[in-house]
Amino acid sequence: MKRLMQGNEAVARGLYEAGVKVLSSYPGTPSTEISEFAAKYPEIYAEWAPNEKVACETAIGAAINGARAFSGMKHVGLNVAADPLFTASYIGTNGGLVFGVADDPGMHSSQNEQDSRHYAIASKVPMLEPSDSAECLSYTKAAYEISEKYDTPVLLRLSTRVSHSSSVVELSERTELPLKEYTKNPGKNVMMPAMAKGRHIVVEERTKALLELAENCPFNTVEFNSASIGVICAGISYQYAKEALGEKASYLKLGLINPMPVQMIKDFAAKCDKVYVIEQLDPVIENHCKTIGVDVIGKDVFSLLGEFSQSTVEKNILGEQKEFLTVDEAIPNRPPVMCCGCPHRGLYYALKKKRVYVSGDIGCYTLGALPPLGMMDTCVCMGASVSALHGAVKARGDEFAKKAVAVIGDSTFIHSGVTGLINIAYNRSISTVIILDNSITGMTGHQQNPTTGYTIKGDPTAAVNLENLCRAVGINKVTVVDPYNLSECLAALDEHLSLDEPSVIISRRPCALLKYVKHNPPLKIDSEKCRGCKVCMGIGCPAISIRKGKAVIDSTQCVGCNLCTGLCSFGAISDGGDK
Amino acid sequence: MTKNIMIVGVGGQGTLLASRVLGNALLSLNYDVKISEVHGMSQRGGSVVTYVKYGDKVCSPIIEKGEADVILAFESLEAARWLPYLKKDGKLIVNTQQIDPMPVITGAAQYPENIIEKIKETGANVDALDCLALAEQAGSPKAVNIVLIGRLSNYFDISDDVWQKTLESTVPAKFLEMNKKAFSLGKNAD
Repeated sequence: MKRLMQGNEAVARGLYEAGVKVLSSYPGTPSTEISEFAAKYPEIYAEWAPNEKVACETAIGAAINGARAFSGMKHVGLNVAADPLFTASYIGTNGGLVFGVADDPGMHSSQNEQDSRHYAIASKVPMLEPSDSAECLSYTKAAYEISEKYDTPVLLRLSTRVSHSSSVVELSERTELPLKEYTKNPGKNVMMPAMAKGRHIVVEERTKALLELAENCPFNTVEFNSASIGVICAGISYQYAKEALGEKASYLKLGLINPMPVQMIKDFAAKCDKVYVIEQLDPVIENHCKTIGVDVIGKDVFSLLGEFSQSTVEKNILGEQKEFLTVDEAIPNRPPVMCCGCPHRGLYYALKKKRVYVSGDIGCYTLGALPPLGMMDTCVCMGASVSALHGAVKARGDEFAKKAVAVIGDSTFIHSGVTGLINIAYNRSISTVIILDNSITGMTGHQQNPTTGYTIKGDPTAAVNLENLCRAVGINKVTVVDPYNLSECLAALDEHLSLDEPSVIISRRPCALLKYVKHNPPLKIDSEKCRGCKVCMGIGCPAISIRKGKAVIDSTQCVGCNLCTGLCSFGAISDGGDK
Repeated sequence: MTKNIMIVGVGGQGTLLASRVLGNALLSLNYDVKISEVHGMSQRGGSVVTYVKYGDKVCSPIIEKGEADVILAFESLEAARWLPYLKKDGKLIVNTQQIDPMPVITGAAQYPENIIEKIKETGANVDALDCLALAEQAGSPKAVNIVLIGRLSNYFDISDDVWQKTLESTVPAKFLEMNKKAFSLGKNAD
């Protein structure tokens, strides 16, 4: 059967067809839908783990015990999971073990554009990279064959345009596999120095065997059209090159991108007058070619930055550019914003009133860094708000602590904020941490997490009680506020910032986009009463704008959260008598 | 020959659903189809774009400057922003609705006046209509996306039957009648 499938959904289908039994992941754009789609198959046990390290270790445990297992994450998630990855490489596996990692060239939704291929090289693990949905499906299945045959975890590298593009796939049935037998084997599975020394030898032998595979595997293909231009590429770059150059060029497309073939590349290059390596981000293929003595053109003409397209290839190789029209007018940017009714808005407005230093974190609330709220000083990685605030307080002293906070979402707090809070309590900094609890993992598109009380499959489960968790790690002062209630937020900030002990404020209200959240009728502005003072504009609500000197509310967007109502000194904003 | 359609708008306007309706209609006609979307951060009220490409064989899933046969713009400013992606003889279908971006809301920038006229002055082939009014007429302001798909159907050789079946398989049953009305209003508006 033919279907139009997103790359991530095709990976999930591949997991299903390959007989995968256990999946554990943490959401992260652009990887999230792999696990969401996989969770729809009753044959796969699927879960959201608190973070990528836990997720990978869960998959490792399942695979050692004979099941085919998977863990999916975004590129920066692999940083968190790097610890188990490197040693899982030594142990190898029993049931097939695959980690999916989705890079984000162009940073559509990420804090950096690191190239995850370096992890495959550093951990000495084979890596496959598909270029469309059909390959997402077939490479996922092949990854399990390689994993079991070569006794190794396998990395499946995706990128935004492969993960989030839909193309046509052909579906097959699932192969149901019996659990492989588990035999106790400390020499292989217990990595302490004596055993690990032996396993490192095995890893190097395995790499030699994988090099042979690279020379002869069905995923590395040559398409010979013309001797004038040779292109070596992998993943989405192949599609860009193919569209731009068509039959004007010959292609060596690598599906197995670690380890890379040697002879195959030499043979291909020998037949071409000029060889280009087209790869987004770092010169990984290019460096390999140069190391084996093949002269290629790569980053001399192609950027290290951002995303490519067919136009990048046309411009850099053919020197061609298409004509286009433009409007002779400045077009204002349209940056992403907090949604109408977003519970983060009220809390951020309170922070703005207090003019505090804000140690920020990763989630929808990172948007609070942008005008008009503009209330974030730093944002590094998941969980860093809490630990970096502690560092700032230790550097600048207790007076600084009384005008500084950390903000972190519920899911991010569980991911890796709680360890920072333990550090705050243990090493006594008088930091104030604000947990923005919107009862969901928001930015990645509404995934359940350990605080929500539901599993990935929507089944009820135990929920972490954030208040009790904070108290248990040694925080005595914990206050819960409603972010729609500005005076309550301001009072809590005053109280917590004056304390000589560490404390936590939980700002709690569900995300306004959640289906079960009931909205009020849209608010109206009485243009007679409005003086055009623009105070209501300070909260950065996308529903409020100024028309002819007066504020107006877009009734198609407003959800009646009433945050703006209290800001108006002239009583101009109301529900207009609607009930 | 590959045909390229871009769907542009503001995060939350329903551009993703529109691209799926279109993609499924094209797949049912046995074309090779690729759709590319962007998720996550940029979806939150930001400028969003979806690419739909079809033909005998589609390679790249994205569309670049000067390549779009049709741009379906859910908002006027977004039509102007993505105009450079239109082919010289391409068609720009635009919803005349205006949604202020945050720099306009904060006063850091101005929403350009008479933007549709300025787009027309470039020589672009523009089909402008007030989709919000038509969507409200159909029963919900949220049906703007289906009004636009209805409009888009005028530029494709795809039978009404295929469009109707695609709507049935893509939108929830309880909204089907409303969406069918929205489709028809968009298709037939003056």
